[in-house]
Amino acid sequence: MIEILKEFGLNFLWSDGYHWSGLSVTLWLLVTSAVIGLSAAIPLALIRTYGSQWLALPIRLYTLVFRGTPLFVQLLIIYSGLASLSLIRESSSLWWFFRDGMHCVILALALNTCAYTIEILAGVLRTTPRGEIEAALALGMTRSQLFIHVLIPGMLRRALPAYSNEVIFVLHATAIAFTATVPDILKIAADVNAATFKTFQAYGIAALLYMLLACALVGVFRFAERRLLAYQRLS
Amino acid sequence: MFLEGYGHLIFQGAWLTVQVATWAACVAIALGLLGALAKLSPLAPLRLVATVYTTLVRSVPDLVLMLLIYYSAQIGLNQVAEAFGQESFPLNPYGTAIGTLGFIYGAYCAETFRGAFQAIPFGQLEAARAYGMSHWQVLRRIRFPQMMRFALPGIGNIWQVLLKSAGLISLLGLNDMVQVAKQAGNATSRQMFFYLVIAAIFFTFAIFSSLALKHLERRYSVEPQRRAS
Repeated sequence: MIEILKEFGLNFLWSDGYHWSGLSVTLWLLVTSAVIGLSAAIPLALIRTYGSQWLALPIRLYTLVFRGTPLFVQLLIIYSGLASLSLIRESSSLWWFFRDGMHCVILALALNTCAYTIEILAGVLRTTPRGEIEAALALGMTRSQLFIHVLIPGMLRRALPAYSNEVIFVLHATAIAFTATVPDILKIAADVNAATFKTFQAYGIAALLYMLLACALVGVFRFAERRLLAYQRLS
Repeated sequence: MFLEGYGHLIFQGAWLTVQVATWAACVAIALGLLGALAKLSPLAPLRLVATVYTTLVRSVPDLVLMLLIYYSAQIGLNQVAEAFGQESFPLNPYGTAIGTLGFIYGAYCAETFRGAFQAIPFGQLEAARAYGMSHWQVLRRIRFPQMMRFALPGIGNIWQVLLKSAGLISLLGLNDMVQVAKQAGNATSRQMFFYLVIAAIFFTFAIFSSLALKHLERRYSVEPQRRAS
């Protein structure tokens, strides 16, 4: 265990000497896909709840399909499936994008978490207390003011407990990146296993790192919930 | 030819995925019940073991645990056999995959069952004891049947996640439908087509599961519905 940490500790955390690797890559995957997924999910959740039926239907179809199929298969379609199409291979910009495993993993993770986040946010929007909306209208707010000052902030706050679970799931889902040759924590563990045959130690270190990350995320979200949802404890 | 001649192999792979997922769900439910009872037991060591199990397993990605347990199981078995001077034997890969998946999702089930046990109104347990039921009778006649109703939606969600995770067993080298689709795609250079086919199969499984779960939930709903007569 100690020898592995001495020899490969930096690879697990930081860099393999040439490229970023391990924990830093996993964090990068988590942050980029969560940020892209959340920023796309906010407008889509509003359209799904308050938009016309013709706009809401394709969004519902999208969340149904992406929540009903495994992320691994989605990644295979994006990483190996698209790359096998001549349409992609012949366009230089598309080929530049889909040739890189990192791009494909981030795209797959973002599309996947976006689908789950839309459902979380839409569920929260449906339970917005009627009194809040009535009060806003009574104050003479316009429709856009109602959205900007009441519905969207309320949605983001109340979605926090469910969204923190979703972020943990995205962290767990990033482990799939190693199948697309992205050097995340699990890829380093597989490499260490191949180099030393110390299977339990190699994957055990990876498991420990993921556990610490998950605990840190839970701590951050607990803190955020205490501050942003403080009004719920007043009663 | 149907699916370029790979239709039969993909069907076999899909059947294997369903079998692995179903058996893993059975293991997970059994482990989950034991875990929940241990978490609610008056004995502190049992509570500690169950808490460590659910916390550790739920904080690590399922894929990492699958690789960790699946590959370490054989090595561990060999070492134990050596320590006792016995001949070691090769583990069945499917059995090991089922055990691994069951062990992981058992931790999620344990949390669901614990919540469901705690959702039973306390007055009912007091009433049962007042009638002179033994501890075991209360568990079998009052707590267990009611707990299952409360747990059903949560267990349904876990089943959906488990079914999708079963697609990962191809990474352990098992010949499930993802593996077959990979081979078929590489052989025919039509990767996109075969991946879309298995995505459609997974999607069909998910839709059927959710319909079946809705039916079960209606049947075992906590509020008894009046029968139309």
